[in-house]
Amino acid sequence: MNRRPVFLMTVLCFGFAFFYIPILSMMVYSFNASRLATVWGGFSTKWYVALLDNDQVIRAALLSLKIALISATMATILGTMAGIALARFRRFRGRVLFSGLVTAPLIMPEVITGISSLMLFILMAEWIGWPGSRGFTTITLAHITFSMVFVTTVVHSRLVQADVAIEEAAMDLGSRPWQVLRDITLPVISPAILSGWLLAFTISLDDVVITSFTTGPGNTTLPLLIWSKVKLGVTPDINALATLTVVVVGIGVGLAGWILHRAEKRRERDMQMAYRAHD
Amino acid sequence: MKTTTADKRENWFNRRGWRDVIIGAPYVWLIAFFLVPFLIVLAMSFATRTPTAPPFSFGGDHPLLNPEGYARLFQDDLYLRAFLTSLMNAGFATLFCLLIGYPMALGLTRIGRGWRNILLMLVILPFWTSFLLRVYAWMGLMGSNSWFNKLLTGAWNGLVPVDWAVRSIPMMNSNFAVVLVTVYTYLPFMILPLYANLEKLDRTLDEAAMDLGSRPSRVFWDITLPQSIPGIIAGGLLVFIPAAGELVIPSLVGDAGRPMIGRVISDEFASARDWPMASSVAVALLVLMVLPMMAYTHYQGRAEGRERAEGRQ
Repeated sequence: MNRRPVFLMTVLCFGFAFFYIPILSMMVYSFNASRLATVWGGFSTKWYVALLDNDQVIRAALLSLKIALISATMATILGTMAGIALARFRRFRGRVLFSGLVTAPLIMPEVITGISSLMLFILMAEWIGWPGSRGFTTITLAHITFSMVFVTTVVHSRLVQADVAIEEAAMDLGSRPWQVLRDITLPVISPAILSGWLLAFTISLDDVVITSFTTGPGNTTLPLLIWSKVKLGVTPDINALATLTVVVVGIGVGLAGWILHRAEKRRERDMQMAYRAHD
Repeated sequence: MKTTTADKRENWFNRRGWRDVIIGAPYVWLIAFFLVPFLIVLAMSFATRTPTAPPFSFGGDHPLLNPEGYARLFQDDLYLRAFLTSLMNAGFATLFCLLIGYPMALGLTRIGRGWRNILLMLVILPFWTSFLLRVYAWMGLMGSNSWFNKLLTGAWNGLVPVDWAVRSIPMMNSNFAVVLVTVYTYLPFMILPLYANLEKLDRTLDEAAMDLGSRPSRVFWDITLPQSIPGIIAGGLLVFIPAAGELVIPSLVGDAGRPMIGRVISDEFASARDWPMASSVAVALLVLMVLPMMAYTHYQGRAEGRERAEGRQ
């Protein structure tokens, strides 16, 4: 019993080193004065200054944020509806197809999703004259589609775990179903909705492949910009951009995790108090 | 009276038309933007390539169904080789993810609550940061001038005979690089389902076996491992399926002379403007991916059936 944990802990240490050494190395080299991205030439913050002066980067970042905000919000609305439909409406016409449609995008390779969306948009433009040009709208439509199913997965699993008895008790005590949805179901799944939104937001913000197929001339998102630069090799300003991203995401995820954790704790405490009051 | 309450809710939503909205809105959306595009790919895979815009037609020698795309899959070894490269890279990546991820997941179940939550957070954190930038981080490490490459080169030159000494280790633009970066980016997908599975296991079985004199290695092979097979399969699928269709990693660190299937699809579509061929390769890739999924569902269904049968006894 005593030998095994030593081995496991060693692997764990190496595993976390494997996870974080590349990221830390990238962060350190973002402060590299040398133009050669992999040779150390002294400390400097000039790449950060250059980054903030770069209009192209700022424009791409703003476009990415705009797309991510809109697509994550739409994906959360549609995805939550789909989650509720699957978890709470037991029978409806085409349920089998519906649950298939909600799962399939999860395993569809991004190349195929990208190409099929592009073909749809080109053929639609050919047949009905819309969308006239590809860009913001087509990227957002594609992002909504492939991120909503992630929201559905998160919300659905929460709804399945949640206690139906509370909803039924409320109904039996005379609540209208709409009230049940508003006062019980939605508050119970609200952490899932929040994490679903965050997931959709980061998926959209991160996507390269599907965006590269559904974009048009002049609509460069941040990942597309990074993609086009990175294809040519390692450059110090990308190191700086990467460092900023990692720091912002780290703080964001940490904060969201802390808020969710606190909400969960409070809910548990409320439940315990309710039970105690009942006894 | 479970059913009546549930029925009452459904009826109420139905009467007000809310039920139709809640089901209908996502349904229509997914049909329009997922099912229809998929059907277009399916139909396109049987079309004939033409030099028009859009570059296909359903007429010509083979009206409606032209099997040429599928025939070419077997005639031109570009496609077979690409499929093989994809399967090998994804297979090796899955294997290494398992070899690294399994002990990590098991280790996570063996430490205290407080640390465990922090470490779990650290497993998930890279997943939230940009995928592209995680690939990029390795481009920096693998390049011939990087400190990491110099470190490895130094270690290699110190260990092997002088004749084998190298100036730097060529890591970039190879299948090795693809597997390494795939393991790096997909490792959380292996650790998390394995952890979820291992955490639920009943440790009293381990203790009983130990008390009866089993060695820790026997306990692992006979008790822990068999019980964690569902976690291994789930993690394996989560790594293998996206890794096989990967486009970003092979484009950035892979061997351009031996493309993976995602690259072939993208090139056929964008560079060669051969929509029917790109679609045929895409459909073939999907079929290859659906097979392990179906095997998994079959296995799961059988396992559940067995559990239910055992429960009844």
